[in-house]
Amino acid sequence: MREKILAVMEKNSRIDLKELAVLLGEDEIAVANAIADMEKENIICGYHTLINWDNTSEEKVSALIEVRVTPQRGMGFDHIAERIYQYPEVNAVYLMSGAYDFTVILEGKSMRAVAQFVSEKLSTLDSVLSTATHFVLKKYKDHGTVLSKSQNRDERMLITP
Amino acid sequence: MRNPISDKCAALKPSGIRKFFDVVSEMPDAISLGVGEPDFDTPWFIRDEGIYSLEKGRTFYTSNAGLKELRQEIANYLNRRCGLTYDPLHEVVVTVGGSEAIDIGLRAMLDPGDEVLIPEPCFVSYLPCAQLTDGVPVPIPLVAEDEFRLTAKQLEEAVTPKSKVLIMPFPNNPTGAIMTRKDLEAVAEVVLRHDLYVISDEIYAELTYGGDHVSIASMPGMRERTIVINGFSKSYAMTGWRLGYAAGPARIIEQMTKIHQFAIMCAPTVSQYAAVEAMKNGDDAVAEMRESYNQRRRFVVNTLREMGLDCFEPLGAFYVFPSIKKFGLSSEEFCNRLLEEEKVAVVPGTAFGDSGEGFVRISYAYSLDALREALGRVRRFTERLEHA
Repeated sequence: MREKILAVMEKNSRIDLKELAVLLGEDEIAVANAIADMEKENIICGYHTLINWDNTSEEKVSALIEVRVTPQRGMGFDHIAERIYQYPEVNAVYLMSGAYDFTVILEGKSMRAVAQFVSEKLSTLDSVLSTATHFVLKKYKDHGTVLSKSQNRDERMLITP
Repeated sequence: MRNPISDKCAALKPSGIRKFFDVVSEMPDAISLGVGEPDFDTPWFIRDEGIYSLEKGRTFYTSNAGLKELRQEIANYLNRRCGLTYDPLHEVVVTVGGSEAIDIGLRAMLDPGDEVLIPEPCFVSYLPCAQLTDGVPVPIPLVAEDEFRLTAKQLEEAVTPKSKVLIMPFPNNPTGAIMTRKDLEAVAEVVLRHDLYVISDEIYAELTYGGDHVSIASMPGMRERTIVINGFSKSYAMTGWRLGYAAGPARIIEQMTKIHQFAIMCAPTVSQYAAVEAMKNGDDAVAEMRESYNQRRRFVVNTLREMGLDCFEPLGAFYVFPSIKKFGLSSEEFCNRLLEEEKVAVVPGTAFGDSGEGFVRISYAYSLDALREALGRVRRFTERLEHA
């Protein structure tokens, strides 16, 4: 049941509990309990809103930063990751395989704010060897959702056999 | 001037669904639950393969029966999903949708006067196709009490010495009914005893919700007397690609291929290449869509029952077929008034045969939001009828 709940909620976290139970053909209380358990177990970590900031008057800049580091003895990468993710402007931190170690996704008010963060906060961390900053120019699709698309029109004929 | 139209064609009744379509078309702001095709786009990897085949210049005819590679994939698929074994070279023909397969199947098998047993309510084309080839359609009215399954008794009663072909339209459009293995065994026994042939239209085979679809061709002795019809429209959301197929004993498929060769040449080449990809790598996409339909199915059945509408649990296709008898309106009146008063289009059960009277077809090939909105209006309408 958990996988099915997650599959629906991943696309629609606001779904009504009763309706979710109907969709899955499960008991409403059992569904509620499963969700509560998954919240406790940190499987469900939040209920965020996917916002296309480009369509607002708010100025926002996102950047993806490749970070190379020297892992510290006894602590590996986790300790450095923690140093990085504590900053509120950091949106995501991933440990990567390949040519660099971390992908850090940043959101700032302006390019200057991002640049300042990278030069003053991120690159000055002891274990950080180098950074490469890539600014996001346009978001087409995020979290499996196409952002730019105008309303989905039903192209089908109204009545077919 | 002489009348250009043949008597046979003139006598053919226009489809009831067409009539309703004309009414709905006059109402641009109507919302519809009347569509008989998936709301999903064809999965991208399949479309991609179609585009790729055009880029590579695969723009010529294929062999009449279809690309060998596709027929092989179809044989593999029928084996994997239904446990049926067909020789891709002689026992499979790729057609322009399941509809063409129905047409050429009947034309290959019927002589004038041969009777075609057609369980109703059902898809709109069996009866006219039978008439066009001078067969005599014999409807078998199915009933809600049997959850619109065909029983051996009903079949037995309809059989005459002239009966030759039985149409098996399951999972069923418009009722959503399916036939279980047990139901099929009983029917197969009658078929064998009366030496009938079967055209089994299994276009919705992938869309069953209570367990896997069972083909009547897999019953003992039935493979040699059954044409299995399936296609890509419903399972892979490929209606506009117009691609279906028929599989059966070589002596019938050869004759069907002969007609197909003269009437059609071959199915669209782009679609055939895309379909190879669909069959090779499409199982997951199909499962995902099935799960989505299943969720909406539960939602619609639940909502209709909450409204107090009598509706058996449909375990196939993407239709619900509730009874509207308690309102004292005919199916057509109900649908016309629902359209006028709440601007929601559902299809009168009578569009699928006389035994559909008292029922309407509601399609759930729509997003949940669309279903919620439309069913909210249906609820308003039925509440008004009840308090009138």
